[in-house]
Amino acid sequence: MGRMIEIRWHGRGGQGAKTASLLLAEAAFDTGKYVQGFPEYGPERMGAPITAYNRISDEPITIHSNIYEPDYVIVVDETLVSAVDVTAGLKKDGAIVINSAKDPEEFRPLLKGFEGKIYTIDARKISVEELGRYFPNVPMLGAIAKITNLMDEDAFIKAMEKSFHHKFATKPHVIDGNMRALKRAMQEVKGL
Amino acid sequence: MEMGIKDKLSGNEAIAVAMRQIDPDVVAAFPITPSTEVPQYFSQFVANGQVHTEFVAVESEHSAMSACIGAEAAGARTMTATSSQGLALMWEMLYIAASLRLPIVMSVINRALSGPINIHNDHSDSMGARDSGWIQLYCENNQEAYDNLIQAVRIAEHKDVQLPVMVCYDGFITSHAVENIELLEDEKVKAFVGEYKPEYYLLDRDNPISMGPLDMPAYYFEHKRAQAEAMKNAKRVILEVAEEFEKLTGRKYGYFEEYKMEDAEVAIVIMNSTAGTAKFVVNELRKQGIKAGLIKLRVFRPFPFEELGKALSHLKAVAIMDKAESFSTAGGPLFTEVRSAMFDYAKDTKAVSYIYGLGGRDVRTDDIMTVYQDLLEIVRTGEVKSTFNYLGVRE
Repeated sequence: MGRMIEIRWHGRGGQGAKTASLLLAEAAFDTGKYVQGFPEYGPERMGAPITAYNRISDEPITIHSNIYEPDYVIVVDETLVSAVDVTAGLKKDGAIVINSAKDPEEFRPLLKGFEGKIYTIDARKISVEELGRYFPNVPMLGAIAKITNLMDEDAFIKAMEKSFHHKFATKPHVIDGNMRALKRAMQEVKGL
Repeated sequence: MEMGIKDKLSGNEAIAVAMRQIDPDVVAAFPITPSTEVPQYFSQFVANGQVHTEFVAVESEHSAMSACIGAEAAGARTMTATSSQGLALMWEMLYIAASLRLPIVMSVINRALSGPINIHNDHSDSMGARDSGWIQLYCENNQEAYDNLIQAVRIAEHKDVQLPVMVCYDGFITSHAVENIELLEDEKVKAFVGEYKPEYYLLDRDNPISMGPLDMPAYYFEHKRAQAEAMKNAKRVILEVAEEFEKLTGRKYGYFEEYKMEDAEVAIVIMNSTAGTAKFVVNELRKQGIKAGLIKLRVFRPFPFEELGKALSHLKAVAIMDKAESFSTAGGPLFTEVRSAMFDYAKDTKAVSYIYGLGGRDVRTDDIMTVYQDLLEIVRTGEVKSTFNYLGVRE
């Protein structure tokens, strides 16, 4: 039986962590997986910490609770590292990926004794250079796909391209930039 | 049977797709979290000309149900969706819809009732409407929500039933979570639900009738008795429709799903999304050689009294779990009714009540595990220490 991977996203309202979790679910679905993508709804306002989740498996998934012992944690806003207990329940052999220009080990002292792998990805730089604006989602997705190795890389890239064509049907000019951002993130994630 | 269309959708998206495929004559709705997306997505289908539906944007849920009643009475296939306070505001009209024998189909996206204000999931909204005369179907996930909505049309409109149906699924947990789903082709859904041909309706000029007049003691009781008979008929029709649906999709539906029940010694009876979480726990217990099972109730109205009672008769102990508080101090509504059935059919099985998950309190696999541990303790000692319990609350 294939293992089920559980992922928790930390972001701030308006940054698109919820959308990212749905995009990841979509991409994993397109590569033939069973998926769940769901946000934890709270008082929603711009800038407030929000949480979203993914389960990805080769078998049907029946659990419908939140995720307490994730395999991976994704932090879309690095200021959350000191504001929220981002490694709570994170498995020892799990990993955290943080959107930051810093080196992974710079975060180690902030992560409450977390012993697993730490990765960083400078999603801001990639996004601004490739899209001209700060949308951290797509680089974060590229990084998590690379780190988890859940899906075949080519299949993942194809699935994302398909989803961009659907999502940006009315503004096809942004598709190329998003694809470049995705591929760059897969190369530039630090800590591999 | 052919394979359907594999997709990934949230519960609300799945319901909106089913509504597009059903293409009802009228949808009247008012937005309320977490049901809002259903009319929102559906109104896009209306705007795009993908359905022929008359969409009525009303100013309250009371008006939404009133408009549904008017439309259905006129002879139109009618649907709506709501949650929580919205359902509460429909209250008096719910009874009228059922009593006028109008086969309206409504999605109820289960959410706690105020106060205090809470937008999250429990079953207090639809449980409160259990005596309104509506058929109630409950759904574990997006797939069941989709499948039940399609079947609901056929059940509601059957000439021996003619009663409205609520299709209930968990707010946020099901409504807003994207999961895999298998959809039917549009034409197959259309063929399955067929054309709506009501026997009696207000716009039938050749056979004029009146609906909802004053009913004095001389006849009111007979009308209520006939309504109860229709609910009884629904029991048969629900199974007939399910059988036909299984031929189309391969997916089996009954009054309830029995999960690893054949040789089970302990089990829980539960509804909606937590049933899925509990199935995971049953699998874990089975790996340890513990004979655990689960019953997920799909049809709460009409209540499968005999069938459910018999299904529990071979157990040593059962926990009946309510995601609603009835303040009876004697367990939740599901417990009360299941235990009543057990009095006739499963007298030797010990039964305990758990109220859980109110206002969206998350239910973890560990929580469900403690319920099974409690049941195993009852079996071991032969003693029930506490019949009425709360799961996952701070005391």
